[in-house]
Amino acid sequence: MLFLGRRAPIYEACPTCPSLLTSGSPRVAGACTRTSVPCWRGAGAPALLLIAPTGGGKTLAGFLPTLAELTETPRTGLHTLYVSPLKALAADIRRNLLIPIEEAGLPIRVEDRTGDTSSSRKRRQRAHPPHILLTTPESLALLTSYEDAPRIFAGLQRVVVDEIHALAESKRGDQLMLALARLQRLCPGLRRVGLSATVEDPQAIARLLARHPDPCEIVEADPGPEPDISMLHTEAAPPWSGGGAAHAIPAVLEQVRRHRTTLIFHNTRAQAEIFFHKLWLANEEALPIGIHHGSLDRGQREKVEAAMVRGDLRAIVCTGSLDLGIDWGDVDLVIQIGAPKNVKRLVQRIGRANHRYNAPSKALLVPANRFEVVECLAALEAVRARDLDGERRGSGPRDVLCQHILIAACAGPFEADALYAEMTTAGAYAGLSRAAFDDCLMFCATGGYALRAYDQWQRLKQREDGLWQLRDPRSAARIRQNIGTIQDSDTLKVRYRGRGGAPLGEIEEGFAAQLTRGDTFLIGGQIVRYEGLREMVVQVSRDAHRKPKIATFMGTKFATSTQLSERILRLFQQEDWPGLPEHTADWLHLQREVSRLPQPGRLLIESFPHDGREQLVVYGFAGRNAMQTLGLLLTKRMEEEGLAPMGFVATDYAVLIWGLDAIIDPGPLFDLAALEAGLEGWLAGNAVMKRTFRASATIAGLIERNIGGQRKTGRQATMSSDILYDTLVKYDPDHLLLQITREEAMRGLVDFARIREMCQRVEGRIDLVRLARLSPLSAPLFLEPGRVPIRGSAEARLLEEEVGALLREAGLWEIGA
Amino acid sequence: MTRLGIDFCGATLEALGSGALFWPAERLLVVSDLHLGKSARLAAQGGALLPPYEGRETLLRLERDLEATGARRVVCLGDSFDAAGIDLLLPEEDRLWIARLQAGRDWMWIEGNHDPGPVSLGGTHLAELDLGGLVLRHIAKPGARGEVSGHYHPKARLVLRGGRVISRACFLVDEARLLMPAYGAYTGGLRTDSPALAGLMEAGARAILTGAVPLAIPMPR
Repeated sequence: MLFLGRRAPIYEACPTCPSLLTSGSPRVAGACTRTSVPCWRGAGAPALLLIAPTGGGKTLAGFLPTLAELTETPRTGLHTLYVSPLKALAADIRRNLLIPIEEAGLPIRVEDRTGDTSSSRKRRQRAHPPHILLTTPESLALLTSYEDAPRIFAGLQRVVVDEIHALAESKRGDQLMLALARLQRLCPGLRRVGLSATVEDPQAIARLLARHPDPCEIVEADPGPEPDISMLHTEAAPPWSGGGAAHAIPAVLEQVRRHRTTLIFHNTRAQAEIFFHKLWLANEEALPIGIHHGSLDRGQREKVEAAMVRGDLRAIVCTGSLDLGIDWGDVDLVIQIGAPKNVKRLVQRIGRANHRYNAPSKALLVPANRFEVVECLAALEAVRARDLDGERRGSGPRDVLCQHILIAACAGPFEADALYAEMTTAGAYAGLSRAAFDDCLMFCATGGYALRAYDQWQRLKQREDGLWQLRDPRSAARIRQNIGTIQDSDTLKVRYRGRGGAPLGEIEEGFAAQLTRGDTFLIGGQIVRYEGLREMVVQVSRDAHRKPKIATFMGTKFATSTQLSERILRLFQQEDWPGLPEHTADWLHLQREVSRLPQPGRLLIESFPHDGREQLVVYGFAGRNAMQTLGLLLTKRMEEEGLAPMGFVATDYAVLIWGLDAIIDPGPLFDLAALEAGLEGWLAGNAVMKRTFRASATIAGLIERNIGGQRKTGRQATMSSDILYDTLVKYDPDHLLLQITREEAMRGLVDFARIREMCQRVEGRIDLVRLARLSPLSAPLFLEPGRVPIRGSAEARLLEEEVGALLREAGLWEIGA
Repeated sequence: MTRLGIDFCGATLEALGSGALFWPAERLLVVSDLHLGKSARLAAQGGALLPPYEGRETLLRLERDLEATGARRVVCLGDSFDAAGIDLLLPEEDRLWIARLQAGRDWMWIEGNHDPGPVSLGGTHLAELDLGGLVLRHIAKPGARGEVSGHYHPKARLVLRGGRVISRACFLVDEARLLMPAYGAYTGGLRTDSPALAGLMEAGARAILTGAVPLAIPMPR
């Protein structure tokens, strides 16, 4: 097939394929697979969603009608737009499309356009658009912001959205669909094709893809044979807590030896770095193993990708950066380190290992700690049952809407009615009320403040003829510079010190701030020594001898999905656990003996003294974010009740709270109304809210990431957004951006929805078990990092303590005393 | 509000947690870098429309400090306005508020790099002020002694036990000079370990953190 070369074409050429294509290039003929046939049939449909497992060759299938149409009716101008979430994918698809086009001598021009494309090339593309343009949602949004957008897109026939399942989970998808709504107005005959990996709810993706209320055809390709998936057996039992999976290094190496190419997936970049480092130390045969994640420099990543395509690498330690896109040659094994947290993502990752479409994918799960053994077993069962999970996304977020209004204004004067009508053709915004739209428009125009301060300086002004336009045409440049919805944490480039040394990658600014000269950390699998910060670049030198400080890349911390959590609870109810290794089964038996195992529909709480404190463990199984929120709310309630909580720590399945007093009656603490009331007050001053506000305010255009090409340093950005937040809370609590922040936080980091779900599931059936000492199931919680001290007076005490220590040290006791 | 006494070049001063400096002997309150009108300036340039409340926030704080200290004289130590002429664009409410605060007080605007010219509001406009052995100016001069200045917006960063990091606007003081924190609501800051500040202050300099209670520590470098 086209993208792999090595993959044998296993389906005969399709009968509807124009002979011109099949005769011209053997590769194109090979691409006529089972997945492409429905693409042909649906070629005329206004919207078509093709669902096929990873590696099914669906991308080319999406292009076949374009190649045929352009071959039959040669023409100039843009015919097909291809949008993918990855820049690399756009470039890769271009290379791969060019081969058959050149082989068959087709008169078709293909170009990509991403943030990496040079500006001269971009100008040329605007003047003379290619037949097929490959791009990303951000670059497309930027294109639609130009005054000559109608000319650029004139004649556009088809748009192909690749990896739409990934886009559907984020605001990037919302932005893309708003851009398509715009294109559809410019080109009414535009046909949309979505390409998706296996998902739990194809209808939801279809609604997103199609122009509302048009229908969307859904075609599901044969999912292929059952995956061959199991837990990796290791000599050593996994540790009680932590996510490193160092115990599994020998067993993983053995698997690498036995397979051609192994992908070793991790949930976070930091874990990938540490694992890679340890794997390398244990790699006595010097098997070629690479590392790939989003914090590495692009050049480094491309090198690894190229080596992989050539088949030079035996294994790649990676993160979600390899979840999407390019089919990487001969991968015959996928190893997932750490519990997958989410069955759908696991299935998509496993699909990376079907080197032949009709052969089963092979995957191994490696639990990083004892609890994850249980979670991995539950995930295995879910994969076998093809029980995919997914969080329902609500209606389209309004911060993206605000950005879209500003983008529309850049393109030229617009009519509010028409823009509103256009936006509601995007599925996610179909339910948008006119009032909500007007709020967003007012925000863009005047700031939307209760104090109408900007009458003179409106960003958008309504002209006498009723159209809206930018007051200052120069502001278009600033708006364009800030297009996009990706909230990368603020990072700094890392380079070796000396003459413009090679870039190694990026680290978070917060992590860089903790470093002092001489500290060491891991990046790209190497230990480097921090030398200093120069012009916002972290300068490092090589250092092979020290033990590294751990790089705390932000790396997404996924919460275990609702479906998976419920499976774990059901699994606990079994008499015995033949599917679990003995050490883990014994652990659960002991828990049952000493205390209880958590049950579905009930809430287990343990209370016991330990370490000189009273401990309370709530087994809520609501996922990391919700459990974190529950910890904050419960400790707040406890403080109100005079129960002196001192701190808490949360995991996906439980929250551990320590304090001075034992809890006798937990019932009142879990009163949903009281928790929700607490939430309101607590939210206002909360760091999670400030972070959420910062993201939404940036998307909506209140905070500018880029000013005149100069990116603000994260430190300044953090500071000003916190101040803006505090000011709004104080003087304008009903402001649109605060409404958006609350909405976002409730379904994002705060995840109160799952606490609500938990309380409703439990309906007051709370079992408090009083124990003399800690229980087996709770023990790992005491090793969990990320303990949160209760704020308030505690912080003031700590600060005084620190000041005292500093003064004593400096012999300055008399000052300020 | 708690205050922290500072003996500085023969004068007894008090640092307020809000970032103001009080000189009891002169009944003088000094505030620096108010940056009033910042949101209006950004809006006029076609940028984002920030919440237009920083004037209220800053003036509210100033009013409280004036009441608490009973100051009869006020020195705004430069960059009181975010741009020359922006005073004309302040909301009428804020202009009236300033006039109210000025009533019965001797009010001096020291010029800063953002607001070099005279302002439309009441008060005296000065390049700098010599008073009781001290000199008050916007930007510190090399080799000066007994100098109180602003401009740099110093802030200190402190890592507490357990890794919690706090960052607060601060005064910096050594034997020769005193640097004021920025008083305005929408002001960023320059870390005390930056070369500009580290080079300016002597070895034994202290930082006085703003906050509910002003706290003195050795200047973090």
